[in-house]
Amino acid sequence: MNALLEIRNLKVTFPTARGPVDVVKGLSLTLGRERLGIVGESGSGKSMTGRSILRLIRSPGRVTADEMTFNGTDLLSLSEKQMRSIRGARISMVMQDPKFSLNPVMTIGDQIAEALLTHQNLARSDIRSRTFAMLEAVRINDPERVLGLYPHEVSGGMGQRVMIAMMLIPEPDLLIADEPTSALDVSVQAQVLEIIDDLVKRKGMGLILISHDLDLVSAYCDRILVMRSGEVVEECDAGELRNARHPYTQGLLASIPRLDESRDELPVLERTGAST
Amino acid sequence: MTALAIDNLDISYGDSKVTHGIGFEVAEGESFALVGESGSGKTTVLKAIAGMAKSWTGSISVFGEPRTHGIDRAFARQCQMVFQDPYGSLHPRKTVDATLSEPLTIHGIGNSGERVDEVMQSVGLDRRFRFRFPHQLSGGQRQRVAIARALILKPRMLLLDEPTSALDVSVQAEILNLLKRLRREQGLTYLMVTHNLPVVSFLCDRLAVMRHGRVVEVADVDQLKRGELVDPYSRELTRFSASLPKT
Repeated sequence: MNALLEIRNLKVTFPTARGPVDVVKGLSLTLGRERLGIVGESGSGKSMTGRSILRLIRSPGRVTADEMTFNGTDLLSLSEKQMRSIRGARISMVMQDPKFSLNPVMTIGDQIAEALLTHQNLARSDIRSRTFAMLEAVRINDPERVLGLYPHEVSGGMGQRVMIAMMLIPEPDLLIADEPTSALDVSVQAQVLEIIDDLVKRKGMGLILISHDLDLVSAYCDRILVMRSGEVVEECDAGELRNARHPYTQGLLASIPRLDESRDELPVLERTGAST
Repeated sequence: MTALAIDNLDISYGDSKVTHGIGFEVAEGESFALVGESGSGKTTVLKAIAGMAKSWTGSISVFGEPRTHGIDRAFARQCQMVFQDPYGSLHPRKTVDATLSEPLTIHGIGNSGERVDEVMQSVGLDRRFRFRFPHQLSGGQRQRVAIARALILKPRMLLLDEPTSALDVSVQAEILNLLKRLRREQGLTYLMVTHNLPVVSFLCDRLAVMRHGRVVEVADVDQLKRGELVDPYSRELTRFSASLPKT
């Protein structure tokens, strides 16, 4: 299998008053056309990892790596202009909250079309038909009406489907989804993830799903990396997550209440500086 | 004794009616959950009880006293609300001490120094956090402050609006344990809004499932645990929560 993405020794550093702090400390991963889940708590560096792949970490943050290649292209040596031709077209990213990621003063149709126009030269009628088809693919039943709406006129679930449509319309090779459903209801969550899952499988894309929800990641990924304070503490097959060996992973798993909960108290992780 | 009785409650925002004929009762000391998806009107019900959604018809009574349509002091002493997002619900330029003392000042209660100390201890916040600002605290610590702020007037009932959905799972576990312990120690009544059914299993005795502004089912939490909810919509919600792999 040809690696789609190869990362060796990725470090993301931010300067602070007390000297530079590594928020990602030497992460390595190889991704094929598969679904990789990255889980961890807030501050574990999982989002920073996703962002650094697209080189979206702004100064004063610094990204270094021994290797970061995408399809054989060295991402770190590209100019900002070359990077723009990769972002969206080859690697795209679905963010957490559609409320903040969609342009509030542009119709949904125009936004999706823009994603396409930025990377390809197409006739107006082609753009319209592809936008249409894409909205249908994310299971929006009446694309005709939705195309003319503004983001505030649609629900959170629909907004997130619009985001996904926008991210997938240039047919990227790799999709990075950073907490794509944490702003959504449980019932809508499943729908959105199934849409992503279906499209990823059908188009043979690679997927990096970043989430704090272990259940969700184990249901929709093939392989899982568990991160804690910038480091990968455990790597396992999604199906094997229940048998995780690392105490941190076990602790996370145990702290989630179950539907048939009978424990009187939930176990909590030991952390420095916490008081109970 | 009945802590909260709601009957035939219709709440409107302007011309649009958000809930239709809501009715349920919560006994004193009980922990009751309102579940449903966004837009089902569950938070609106909490707001009407708290006096933040003023345009409603029907009846709400709290510990036997009928609610007025606004905010009143006597009610505030009995019943307090904890909001979803501890990042948004605390004043960014007030220290923990100022946040916690304010309700006491409003209600003309003295010895605030001791009361603040006491309430911080009961929610598990160390003394050294007392003069910090919200941005110097973690999400879990902030939610503890928000809970302490609600508890400082020694209310008998808490309205909890998704108190853990903005938190990490391990922090969620800490806050859920805290809520459970406080209820046991202080005999509190909880009315909690959430869309997380496992949280209901852990913390609540009964639940009402809401959809499109109506209560479609009121059930015992044991029914939820055994997967024996009756209404088709409740079953669908349960299925979504259970479709993820189990231990």
